[in-house]
Amino acid sequence: MPAGGRSRVRPARLIDVVEASGLTGRGGAGFPSGRKMRSVAAGPGGKVVVANGAEGEPASLKDRLLLTRLPHLVLDGITLAAQAVGAREAYLCVHGTEYGLLDRLEAAVGQRLAAGLDPVPIEVVGLPARYVSSEQSSIVHYLNGGPGVPTFSPPRPHDRGVDGKPTLVHNVETLAHLALIARYGDGWFRSAGLPSAPGSMLVTVSGAVAWPGVYEIEMGTPVGQVVTLAGGPVEPLQALLVGGYFGGWLQVQTAWPVPMTHPGLKAVGGAMGAGIVVALPASCCPLAETARVVRYLAEETAGQCGPCMFGLPALADALGHLAYSGGRDGAIEQITVQIPVIEGRGACRHPDGATQLVRSMLRAFGEDARRHERRGACAGVVRPPVLPLPGDEERDWDFR
Amino acid sequence: MRVTLRVNPIACVGYGMCAELLPELVQLDQWGYPILTAKTVPRPLADHARRAAQACPTLALLIDEEKAGKHR
Repeated sequence: MPAGGRSRVRPARLIDVVEASGLTGRGGAGFPSGRKMRSVAAGPGGKVVVANGAEGEPASLKDRLLLTRLPHLVLDGITLAAQAVGAREAYLCVHGTEYGLLDRLEAAVGQRLAAGLDPVPIEVVGLPARYVSSEQSSIVHYLNGGPGVPTFSPPRPHDRGVDGKPTLVHNVETLAHLALIARYGDGWFRSAGLPSAPGSMLVTVSGAVAWPGVYEIEMGTPVGQVVTLAGGPVEPLQALLVGGYFGGWLQVQTAWPVPMTHPGLKAVGGAMGAGIVVALPASCCPLAETARVVRYLAEETAGQCGPCMFGLPALADALGHLAYSGGRDGAIEQITVQIPVIEGRGACRHPDGATQLVRSMLRAFGEDARRHERRGACAGVVRPPVLPLPGDEERDWDFR
Repeated sequence: MRVTLRVNPIACVGYGMCAELLPELVQLDQWGYPILTAKTVPRPLADHARRAAQACPTLALLIDEEKAGKHR
């Protein structure tokens, strides 16, 4: 990602250029950015732009890296998006527990204000550091003075968001790409990636690789090449988690040639998520890893919808039984029965993300699960966990 | 006229009136929250569905009535 330079596109034309570039949201949903901007711009009255830098995925570091290293690129994107959709206010949201980052971003906004660069005022906001608080309806709810928990939709933020105004919520990486597209054009953006999935994206690679970290790849780069970019495996691998905790487990040989695109990963039962790849060593217990993550997701429920509030803890219990105590009471059976009861019944996608992860576990490690049920826990459960979870000091315990 | 059902899962606290009044289309899960067995309400049940929606103490059962051939 180059930095520096200024926009060569008139605000009125920016939406056309973004649409022509084929840019899609880099926060996980992969929705066409230009179309989202057009629908916000077409709404009535004043508009609002929200930059989502509250990186809820514990295995993702790309938004933090971008905001730390290139804050002005993101701020450029916010300003350009605000001008393009006709917004007179903009918010940059990060986790409220990240004091250092909040200070730095406020300083950057101050510099721009002093230089007279931003016609639209940008307010830096600290959101509750909860998994569901970075969901777009949660952010809007919080900015409207409520708790940072999802709301029932419709109305969706692009129809009625902050103060009831049409609100454009974009991930900070999406806005950084938007700023670059404004400088270098849609043709330049399309020169990387695939015709069907143009441009580049940031990925966070961790687990048993030589150089864990954030990498910029072309869209459509095969998963295996991403692992190789991070120095390749340092231990024999048993699986890859692609897409983060709302993504899925994939067998190494299945995942290796799959292009990093939304349809590519979906076709093999994975998901792009926020561009996360975790390499799981063969000596780990994937069931224990999944149980631990699902327990975390259960703790992170907003507690608003019954199927999520009761379903996720029940699912985490069954997974814990399977992983650690050999699946007494038919844990696999319980898990299989619980998944469809939970799925699709929350106001947001939080419960569905968890069930998708568990589905992928049963697909990728079905044999493992049956062995656990027959013979009890495997040797892998004693290994320290590989999938990262936030420490207590990084977590908020309420939604205010 | 196409009549469809939705549940607002945030408003729903599991009183279970819907399953009592409209068992043809609503079942309860093990925690007492409604599972819609069908989203589209067959014509003969439309009045029952409206009654169930009105009876919900938290107004969590929602009825969408669409004129045929028209989208919202």
